[in-house]
This record gives sequence, C-alpha cells and structure tokens, in this order.
Amino acid sequence: MNKDISIQHVDEAGYVGLAESISGCGGRLVALWGARTYGFKGVFSAYCHENSLLVARLSLPDSRSTFPSVSALFPSAVRMERAVRDLFGLDPEGLSDRRPWLDHGDWGTRAPLSESPRIATFSGDDGDYPFVWVSGEGVHEIPVGPVHAGIIEPGHFRFQVVGEKVLRMEERLGFTHKGIDGLYRGASRAKAARLSGRVSGDSTVGHALAFAQAIEGALEIETPPRSKWLRGLFLERERIANHLGDLGALANDAGLSFGLVQFSRLKEDLFRQNRDLFGHRLLMDLVVPGGVARDLEPAGRDTLIRSGIALEETVRILETLYEEHGGLQDRFMGTGVLSPEIAGRLGLTGVVGRASGQRGDLRADLNRPPYNDLAVMPALETSGDVRARVVVRFFELLECLRLERLIMERMPDGPIQCPVPEGVPGSEGVGWVEGWRGEILSWVRLGRSGTLEGGHSHDPSWILWPALELAVPGNLVADFPLINKSFNLSYSGHDV
Amino acid sequence: MIPILFRSLGELFQALLVIFAAPLFLGWINTWRAWLGNRKAAGVLQPYRDLVKLMNKEAVLAYGASPLFRLAPYVVFGSMGLAAGLVPTVSTDLPFGPAADAIALVGIFALARVFMALGAMDIGTPFGDIGARREMMIAFLAEPATMMVLFTASLISHSTSLSTIAETLGTHHFTLYPSLVFATTSFFLIILAENARIPIDNPGTHLELTMIHEAMLLEYSGRHLALMEWGSAVKLLVYFSIGISFFIPWGITPVLSKEEVLKAFVLLFLKLALLGPLLAVLESLLAKLRLFRAPEFLAAAYLLAVIAFLSHFILEV
Repeated sequence: MNKDISIQHVDEAGYVGLAESISGCGGRLVALWGARTYGFKGVFSAYCHENSLLVARLSLPDSRSTFPSVSALFPSAVRMERAVRDLFGLDPEGLSDRRPWLDHGDWGTRAPLSESPRIATFSGDDGDYPFVWVSGEGVHEIPVGPVHAGIIEPGHFRFQVVGEKVLRMEERLGFTHKGIDGLYRGASRAKAARLSGRVSGDSTVGHALAFAQAIEGALEIETPPRSKWLRGLFLERERIANHLGDLGALANDAGLSFGLVQFSRLKEDLFRQNRDLFGHRLLMDLVVPGGVARDLEPAGRDTLIRSGIALEETVRILETLYEEHGGLQDRFMGTGVLSPEIAGRLGLTGVVGRASGQRGDLRADLNRPPYNDLAVMPALETSGDVRARVVVRFFELLECLRLERLIMERMPDGPIQCPVPEGVPGSEGVGWVEGWRGEILSWVRLGRSGTLEGGHSHDPSWILWPALELAVPGNLVADFPLINKSFNLSYSGHDV
Repeated sequence: MIPILFRSLGELFQALLVIFAAPLFLGWINTWRAWLGNRKAAGVLQPYRDLVKLMNKEAVLAYGASPLFRLAPYVVFGSMGLAAGLVPTVSTDLPFGPAADAIALVGIFALARVFMALGAMDIGTPFGDIGARREMMIAFLAEPATMMVLFTASLISHSTSLSTIAETLGTHHFTLYPSLVFATTSFFLIILAENARIPIDNPGTHLELTMIHEAMLLEYSGRHLALMEWGSAVKLLVYFSIGISFFIPWGITPVLSKEEVLKAFVLLFLKLALLGPLLAVLESLLAKLRLFRAPEFLAAAYLLAVIAFLSHFILEV
C-alpha cells in the first residue's frame, strides 16, 4: 500500500470523531461509500488531509442498520449518504434529507445490496420527486431532461426562474445507474478490472488505474518502474483528449462552431494515434492490476514526440484565438461564478476546484512516479467563472503536452507487468488517482481464488455535481448549457 | 399594354421562384458555413432533401394540441409565401403590389410570428414557452427598426410601395445616399435578428435552453415541421430580397420583356450568391451574444435606422 493512504478501523464514535477532527483542521471529504461483503457490513469515508488519504472504515454489527451522518460537517456527503441508504439500506442518522437519490423506484427491489433486498413493485414515482420549490410572484419552473434535444447523457434539471434569471437549480441524477458496486461482488479480478474501465468512458484510464492501485495495495505489490511511467502516459493522454474536447465544446456552446471543428479534429487525431499505438481509441483495458497490457514501441516514441510538438503549436494558436475573441470572452467572463469560499467549503478539486482557487493536484502533491520526477505545475485560477475553467484547461493541456514529452524522454526500460499473486481473502486496498476531471478513488476487498468480495469506484463528479447547483443561480437560463459544459461532469460515473 | 393576366402570372412566377429557391439559398449559406469551418459541406441541395424527408414522415401531434397548433404551420408558410409575392425580386411590375406596401409586409411577418409563438405555447411545454417569449422580445425590438429603415427608403421615393421604392432607386442615376448607407447597415443587423442567425440565435444548436427559434419548433414533426422550416427559409430569402430591392436594386426590371427579365434573373442570382457567403463569414466569425445583449444589438440597429432617417432630412433634402 502506498505510504500516502491509510485505512483506520473505527467505531461509530471514532467515525464521527475523525470527521470532526479532519473538518477542524481543514481537511476535505474525498469519498463516502457503503459496503457489504461476507464478513463485513459498513461504511467508508475517505478524507484528504495534508496530501495523504485517511480512510475511516466503520464496521457495523449485523443488528445495526444505521450509521452516523457526517453531512453536517461535509455538505458534499449528503448525496453519497443518500446513495448508501438507497443501495445498502443503511440509514444515515442525522441526515435531514429523507429523499431517495439513486433509487427512482424502478429497480423492482429496495436496497438491492443489503442482506435482505425487499421486492418492490415498479412505482415509477419519479414524477413525484419532491424538488425544493421557490414561490413568489412571477416565479415558475422549467423542467429539463432527462431526455435532451441533443445526444448527451441523461440527467434532469429543475429550474426555478423569474423571467430569464435562475433563482435555483436542482439536479436529479441516477438515470444511468448500472449497479457497479453489485457487479464487483464475486467478480473475477480480470472482469472487475474491465468493469472499472467502464464506469465512465471518458475517464477509463483514471478509473482503471485507481482500481489497479487498489488491487496492488491489497496485495502489497509494486509494479515495475516502466509500467508506472506508461500509466502516467495513458493518464496524460486521456487528460489531453478530454481537455481538447471540452475546449471545442465550450466554444460551440457559445455559438462559435469554429472552435469545435478545430478541437474535434485534434481530438480525433489523438484517438486515432491511440488506436494505432495502443490498440484502443480511449485506451480502455490498458491499465491492468500488476502493470499495463501494452508497451510503447520505440518507433511509437518518436511519433508521440513529433505529434506532441505539432499539437502544442496548434493549441497555442487556438489559445490566442480564444483569448482575443471578444464575443467568446464576453460569454465566458463572469458566467457561472463559483466563489473560492464555496469551493473550499465543498472541498472541490479537479479542474473546477482549481478554477475556483483550490490548490491541489495529486500529480504534484503525492510523491509518486512518474510525476515526482517531472515537477508538475498545477493550474490555479481564482475567479471561478467559465473563463477561469477555460484558462485552467488550456494551462493543463499545455502542461500535459510538456509532461508527455518528458515521459517520452525519461521513461525507463524494463518489464511492464509483474506477477499478481492471489492474495489473502479479506484484504483491502484503496487507489487514489488524479483523473482528468478530479480525484478518482477505488476500493476493493479481495475474495477467494482471484475474485473480489466487493469493490467501489468513486468518480469526482459526486463532489462536483452539487457545486454546479451553486454556480448557476443568478445566471440566465440560456447560459446554463455553457456553465454545465464548463464543469462537464460525468453522469455515468456518478450514477454507478 | 401587357394584359393583366400575363402580368399576374409574372408575379405568381416570381413568388414561386422565391419559395422554391429559398432552400437553395439556405443550402448555399450552409455550404459556406461548412467550408469556413474546415468541414465538408452536405451540398447545396441538402435543405431540399431534408424537406422531402420531413414531408414523407408522419406528423406526430402532442396530446392536448389544439387546432391552433396544426394551423400555425400553414399560416406561417402561407404568410411567407404571400410576402414572397409582394417583394420585387425580378420585376417591379407587380399587379398586386398596391394591395400591400412595406408596412403591410411588416404586418404579414408579424402575423406569422404571432401564430408561430401561439403554436409553440399551445402544447404547454416549457421550451415552447421560452422560445415564444424570447422570440417576442426580439421581435418587438426589431420591428421598430425595420419600420424606420422602410420609412427612410420611402422618404427618398415618396412612396411606401415596395415596387415604387425599388423602381425609383434602381432607375436613378447612381447617387450615394448617406441615409441608405446607415439604413443598409441597420437592415443587415435586422436580418440577423429576424432570421434567428448568429449572433442572436444559433440555427445549429441542440441546446434546448439556449434556443429561440428552434425552441418553438421542438414539438413539430413531419409535414408541419417541413412547412415551418421551409417558411423560415423563405423568410430569409424574402428579407434578403427586400434588402436587395432597396439597397442594390440595379437589374430589377420595370418591364416584362424577355431580355430584361433574363438579365434581372441573372443579376439576382449573382447578388444572392455573393450575399450568402457574406452572411456565412459573419456567422463563422462571431460567437452568439448573451441573451440580454440582444436588446443592445437591436438598439444599435434602431439607432442606425434613426440616423438614416434623420440624415435624409439633414443631407438630402
């Protein structure tokens, strides 16, 4: 297990006490999830404090079906605790929000991952979901989604507006629930590794890497140096592809289709290069427990260096173009402001956090190869508007290209995989990775003969979706798509 | 004296020309937009294919749709078709011209717009309401500017009849009217706003919350949608035709002789072929304005129109 991750077994008092002390010294909540396996039922909460991850592991006796809520200390815990209630039937004590979250009444069961799932009739009660209302003269509601006019992921947004001005926006997610936590149970390690790469397609490397680290942590093995550098390469290429896509889409949402066309072309070129060099456009299934599945040929190294230089030139031209386009900047500036105070209170990280003055990038903060050798420069903006998120993306994109070049130059030779032992059933591990969107966390518990007893994949979107709700009020309804795109959160990763 | 029947047929032909050439003009603009974005174009005939496809599809009606919802596409298309017959595109010899002058034309557009907005609100979906509301906001700002531009042109020709305006301006010796320079600029801004083009609206968007014109069409399908889309294409061409007949009318013929009509036809084709790319260039360069900047944009158009109006009295009388 990495030195920067520790798992603490706690009882209920310790669980709350830990949350209080972390909250008191300025730490933040990274993830919160439930688990029920053969020998264990309980709740995990992971906190980041001074660049190390502290996982509180609360084991509940069979008779207990409640756990203490930490939502009063960490507001971002609310939805994760509601998800634990929906999936495991464990009730967060002290959580005032009694509404279901992932469960829309369409599963046929209640609490499907608890020891005794209750059969429930199809209630289709989604229409009755009690959104928070705003009343007053001229206030009206606009429901949007889950089916949209474009081909995007499903999510429902309920706006309370006066004229064109948004007073309140509330999200309703869970439409892409796939039951990932349930699928991890009893799955073979190979199958689970593939599954982790499919939690959210745009972050397949990040999720697969977090999962692989969790397995390696549970087995207490170290992968060969070259595999770590290749993992870094894959992670950076995923980040480059997503930032390219987002920057193009942001211009398009502001009506400048030129930006979309240019960035789409660059992204497509990158995907094709991925396919040619590594066999998959999105780099799926390349990160596996024990190392990576494919090596980079020496010829590929030269290709990557050359195309990286060309890409950087184009991106710099487009950056100037974006910065000097008055119409575009007018749309970006001051739109969807998320103040650093709120971002800090919510414990945001990732692109959105760094655009709202939150320092923190695991690549720079953790002492892990290959990044400890590359002097990663984290982006930081403080204005918290769409413009800031665009600037952060440009900065990170160029930084990624620099890192990619350094990785090419310094990557050590050697094997790319190590043997993966079967391990002791019941041992647990946690992986923690800076994905392109933010921090991805994965937890696994090993089972017998190479299977998993349980697992969980946490996407940064869990923390970031509530922040979107706070960035929208006061803006025009017509500006919401732009703000939403500047966050670009994963529905699939959140709905697990 | 050419018999009235023949002249009427001429006007009918002119209206049909505008109606059936409108998708071609739209296709031409879209082709240029694609080229300017480094994309392959779908071809200038794509709008026709879309219309044929929609015509052959079943028209789905929402539950609770009133007859108004079904009526709206026909009223919209009918109004645009009528407008197409009133604007001198090839010839100014329009026997039905005296029935409707420039002011009536603005009224015809308003009729279409009101029905489109009512149809959008009829179903009661939030997007229809949003679109209708926004459309009305744009319209009430654009209409006064349109009127001022039309008045400026009619001050020079002492008539609000479109034919007379085009004839007067087209047969004069070339004189540079300062008022028309302002009026042209203003009218170009109006064309962008009235036809749901960037920077006011984005005809290519799929984001329902940002739409204006498209939001009103979201619930239409099949032939209803085809008529709405076709109507919009005709509207765009009619607006360009008004612009041409006021500001670059040379070539539009007052007599219906074979050579003159052919010459007018070729010149019209050339003018549109040049104006289409101009619109595409503008649309490719600009981002969409924030919705609440639209009033500023249209206020600028109105201001230019007022300057045009005043400069006629100051400089030209």
